[in-house]
Amino acid sequence: MSMSKIVKTITALTFWAIIVFGLYVVIHGHLTPGGGFQGGAVIASSTALFLVAFSKEDFLRKYKDSFFSVAESGGLILFISIAFLGIGATFFYNFIANSGGVFGNPVPLGINDGDLNTAGTLPPMNMAVGLEVFGGISMILFFMFLGAYLKPFNKEESEVHKR
Amino acid sequence: MGNALKWVSFLFFSLILIWGLTTIHPFGEPLQSDMDDYFIQNAQKECAANNVVTSIVFDYRGFDTLGEATVLFTAVIGVAATFRGVVRK
Repeated sequence: MSMSKIVKTITALTFWAIIVFGLYVVIHGHLTPGGGFQGGAVIASSTALFLVAFSKEDFLRKYKDSFFSVAESGGLILFISIAFLGIGATFFYNFIANSGGVFGNPVPLGINDGDLNTAGTLPPMNMAVGLEVFGGISMILFFMFLGAYLKPFNKEESEVHKR
Repeated sequence: MGNALKWVSFLFFSLILIWGLTTIHPFGEPLQSDMDDYFIQNAQKECAANNVVTSIVFDYRGFDTLGEATVLFTAVIGVAATFRGVVRK
């Protein structure tokens, strides 16, 4: 059960472009509008496109079925772990900001050019939430797509559904 | 009788809403702007991020974001519990 050759070709062309745009939105969350939730939803829309254009068997051939659940749980665990790392001051303390290391550059006050290497714990948290939202929405889409293949349990109902 | 009750309650709530609208403060001017001013003046210094919205969502109110992520996780669990195991091969 897959769609026509035109749809499949266009999907194969735009699939990775959608993923790259979603990764851009996630990674630049502390500079431009958007962030983990929005970028994760954009990446998950590529899953929706793949599921609609190709068949369920192609999808299961490309992705292991545990991939999305690992992505979702791993994103959530990473998010809570980064929040707990700053527990020396408070929960969700931004302990990397202005420290000079990775993501630790200080920002000049006022209007300035964006620097990707700033903002402390915000970019890792953006990536964790992006992973979590991507896994969660993809899993919802996949299970709802599986729901379209539901077969009724008893025989009389299946006779009714056959016509 | 029911019709009269309907009209009376309609007029009652309309008057309350109109009275509330006459005493509303102007748009864009919050009553207490201490929190907003603090965020706008200190977000770049404390979180080192240009995007104040991101620093509020992930730093000042990170616990809120944790709750949202938990809501999404619960929604996924609900959908998986609804559709899993019913499919026959």
